[in-house]
Amino acid sequence: MAAGPMKMRANLGAGFTDVRVLMNHPMETGLRKDADGNLVPMHFIQSLTVKVNGRAVLDAQISQAVSRNPVFSFRLKGGTKGDKIEVGWLDNQGESNRIEADVA
Amino acid sequence: MRLLALAAALALSSGARADDSAKEIQRYRQMVAEGSPAELFELEGETLWKKPGGPKNVSLERCDLGEGPGVLKAAYAHLPRYFKDAERVMDLETRLVYCMTTLQGRSRADATARVFGTADRPSELELLSAYIAGQSRGVAIEPGMAHPKEKTSYELGRALFFHRVGPWDFSCASCHGEEGKRIRMQELPALHEAKYARPVIASWPAYRVSTSQFITLQWRMNDCYRQMRTPEPNFGSETTVALIHFLTATAQGETYHGPGNKR
Repeated sequence: MAAGPMKMRANLGAGFTDVRVLMNHPMETGLRKDADGNLVPMHFIQSLTVKVNGRAVLDAQISQAVSRNPVFSFRLKGGTKGDKIEVGWLDNQGESNRIEADVA
Repeated sequence: MRLLALAAALALSSGARADDSAKEIQRYRQMVAEGSPAELFELEGETLWKKPGGPKNVSLERCDLGEGPGVLKAAYAHLPRYFKDAERVMDLETRLVYCMTTLQGRSRADATARVFGTADRPSELELLSAYIAGQSRGVAIEPGMAHPKEKTSYELGRALFFHRVGPWDFSCASCHGEEGKRIRMQELPALHEAKYARPVIASWPAYRVSTSQFITLQWRMNDCYRQMRTPEPNFGSETTVALIHFLTATAQGETYHGPGNKR
């Protein structure tokens, strides 16, 4: 389930770039019990990094409070068509995933 | 006097609050729609569609969903319809099970062993439905209505919609037969009327936010019957397909824009 597909859109506006990223992740809080009554271990995305043309522009720390299959959207100043946006995440179990897209 | 004024103010504010909450729900739905995890299910469904499987180790890519073998564009919007090879009317999920048995050589028991998934592990049919339905975006909903068996199926679905059954003597129409009804904050569309069926059918199957699951129309029929306390209908039975046929035909002409989102 973890490291499932990601999807990203990056659209250029007037002087800014809107980015929206969809991530497939269980985001388990560690408080939920499964059908057999056993605690489901914590499993959540810890950090999220955004790079524009290879330069880190955002490094976010997130926690269990974020829902399953999270959506992140943010606005970057400036940007031109063809800029490479890369978004990657790392979870508390060491799994990671990344996606790259061009600004359109 | 002051008390009275306070009571009046309270009454006013609670009216305004109902308005606000309707607006807030609208805003929430829009936000969910803009970044719908349904797209992730579409991606996984595409992978699954192209993945070889079953005893014959072939993918489903040659499956004929009504528009020709392997043609996905507009296929979902034109279902349910009559299939000559199977000699019956089929909806998407029933047809997929048919392809799994004929193309991949799997047994029906194997193909239907796990039709409804969980948030942790979606079922094959849910993932495939997401992908295939997505290929009909922008296409007008036109289920088969020409073949005599299609007409029979539609009529059966219509009859079933109003047919009261089970220990609670419920029919679909008990909840979905009148305008303006709701369960908690959830509006109940009167699904035998085009006005209400159109937006609903145009967005199924869908991602359900509260359970993080992708849900299909077969699931919806199954779960409505569970809520009506009837015995569980067989997956892809004539009954469930007929109901889906009736609902889809009622929404005829609407542009498909799913897979959508449910609360």
